[in-house]
Amino acid sequence: MRLEPRERVPAWLSLLAPACALVATFGAAAALIAAAGAPVRQGFEVMLAGALGSGFAINEMLTRATPLILTGLAVSVAFRARLWNIGAEGQLYMGALAATALGTGLVDLPAFLLLPLLVAAGALAGAAMLAWPALLKTRLGVDEVVVTLLSNFLVALLVAMLLEGPLKDPMGLGWPQSEPVVAAGELPKLVPGMRLHAGFVLALALALATWIVMSRTTLGLRIRAVGLNAVAARFAGIGVGRTILWTALLSGGLAGIAGVSEVAGLKGNLTTDLSPGFGYAGIVVATLARLHPGGVVLSAIFVAGIFVGADAMSRGVGVPSYIADVIVAAALLSMLVALLFLRYRVSRR
Amino acid sequence: MIPAIPWEAIELLAQASLWVAAVRIATPLVFGTLGELICERAGVLNLGIEGIMVVGALVGWFAVHQGADLWTGVLLAALAGAAFGFLQALLTVPLALSQHVAGIGVTLLATSLSYYAYRLAFPKVTTPPRIEAFKPVAVPWLSEIPVVGPALFVQTPLTYLALGAVVVVAWFLHRTPAGLALRMVGENPEAAEAQGIDVIRTRIAAVCAGSALMAVGGAFLTMSAFDAFYFGMVNGRGWICIALVVFASWNPLKALFGALLFAALDAWQLRLQQVVGGDVPYQVFLMMPYALSILALVVMSRRAASPRALMAPYVKGERR
Repeated sequence: MRLEPRERVPAWLSLLAPACALVATFGAAAALIAAAGAPVRQGFEVMLAGALGSGFAINEMLTRATPLILTGLAVSVAFRARLWNIGAEGQLYMGALAATALGTGLVDLPAFLLLPLLVAAGALAGAAMLAWPALLKTRLGVDEVVVTLLSNFLVALLVAMLLEGPLKDPMGLGWPQSEPVVAAGELPKLVPGMRLHAGFVLALALALATWIVMSRTTLGLRIRAVGLNAVAARFAGIGVGRTILWTALLSGGLAGIAGVSEVAGLKGNLTTDLSPGFGYAGIVVATLARLHPGGVVLSAIFVAGIFVGADAMSRGVGVPSYIADVIVAAALLSMLVALLFLRYRVSRR
Repeated sequence: MIPAIPWEAIELLAQASLWVAAVRIATPLVFGTLGELICERAGVLNLGIEGIMVVGALVGWFAVHQGADLWTGVLLAALAGAAFGFLQALLTVPLALSQHVAGIGVTLLATSLSYYAYRLAFPKVTTPPRIEAFKPVAVPWLSEIPVVGPALFVQTPLTYLALGAVVVVAWFLHRTPAGLALRMVGENPEAAEAQGIDVIRTRIAAVCAGSALMAVGGAFLTMSAFDAFYFGMVNGRGWICIALVVFASWNPLKALFGALLFAALDAWQLRLQQVVGGDVPYQVFLMMPYALSILALVVMSRRAASPRALMAPYVKGERR
């Protein structure tokens, strides 16, 4: 058995392959629901209603999708250049730290100045968090996968330390949480009475901006060239190290903004459980989207729907909520295989 | 970092209990590092390690909780690890998918499935159920040597297994034809193929075997170091093992040395917390293992001679 590259992809296959991946994913989910002794059909119904069944459900799904769009974009930009950024989780928290440090009373500005400042500071903090692993990679040849993975743990401890020290809320009854963000630093809500906030619009705008940068600018061309073949890119006169650094700044910045959006838009303050793994889920989102910025928006909403729906199912029919993580991981792996069969055919020679 | 290290901090290094703890902390790292080393020597970066260690921790402990004896638990953990290793191998070897993305996917799947299964088996427990874990066994004679004796020879059986595994893996990789074949598919798969070695099968077998070792490292946590399963108990140990493989330049004996050095520093920082406690936030100490791993990578990366075909999928008849 061997794989042969396809010369062209039949139209029916480019629909069938992802459809098969989805069937496999939800087949696995059905098996898990049955294993929990819960009614499978009812479980899926509750899940669907929890994600799409009402205006409230859709608002919750889009709220959950907001950080996933941003971390998904962060990962997709980096992976395009084959910069394996597994540290979006840490970069998100650095962005959140910057927003918290500046937004809880340190800076007194009107909203139209404070909000851009918080976003810029968060982007810078996230970018800085990926810049040093990128420099270690280009200058010293240190593998960025392990460095970014381990840096997530460093940032988590840094956040815990600051929340028990200088950023601690004196009114927090001893809980490790920051003071609330001042009113001028809050991202406005989009729908009255709902949690969906302006961070979602910002994420959509950044998806558009990322698409423009990646497909319509020389920087985007350089990033893609370095990812396709770094040696050839160097011969073509592209500064590979410099391009990787720029990729890191873009990627880390996007992840940092995800942290700002969660603090200033949703939670209102910083806690150690701000992100339930949005950085890692960003890898899933980016892969499902085949690293395309527009696809990232759709796949982020899909993954958010699974999380929100699984929460509803967990409450409704008593299935452990970890099923959401299983479904998302299974979707990633089955989609990887499906996309492979779009590019290759199996021949029996 | 600390302006003046107090004398007590140095004195800590002479405590026998520090070295006993160091060897205990090193044990899961030795298993994990050996397992990752076998995979990488065959040319596959296995980022599934973190999740595979969680699976091992759950399966070994759960089997014993259900009435199996301890060694059956270890065996089942190894088999479960090999099963997830087979998944990682299937995706990255014959299907030639990105080893990074597939590995992260395997870790996410293995971790979430373990947590799901645990919650299914124990829906409402607040204190984790315990098992009768492995107990330290003193080796006669050797355990009476001062400092080194208790550190190395009053440990649980899994620690002795880890030390034995280092010797076996080193011997296998460097002294047997199968070990040579394994290293060859990681260095130059085309040449290996020309010698009649089945690259695909060799890589799959290596990833399964390596993953079994990782899972035993996870099982050590729930069956020797502790006697219960906790969420998040692997806590980045898998990633640290990947850094240790680079630090050890893909050599099993150096991997043992690296894991022991790392664990000694970890045990030392735990005790240091009590000496200088209060002046420095405890999180600074908890950061040390991760910071040290990154530092080790930076220091060693210049000299590191990684297997040449590492992360390069092998597709027959296709030029790399």
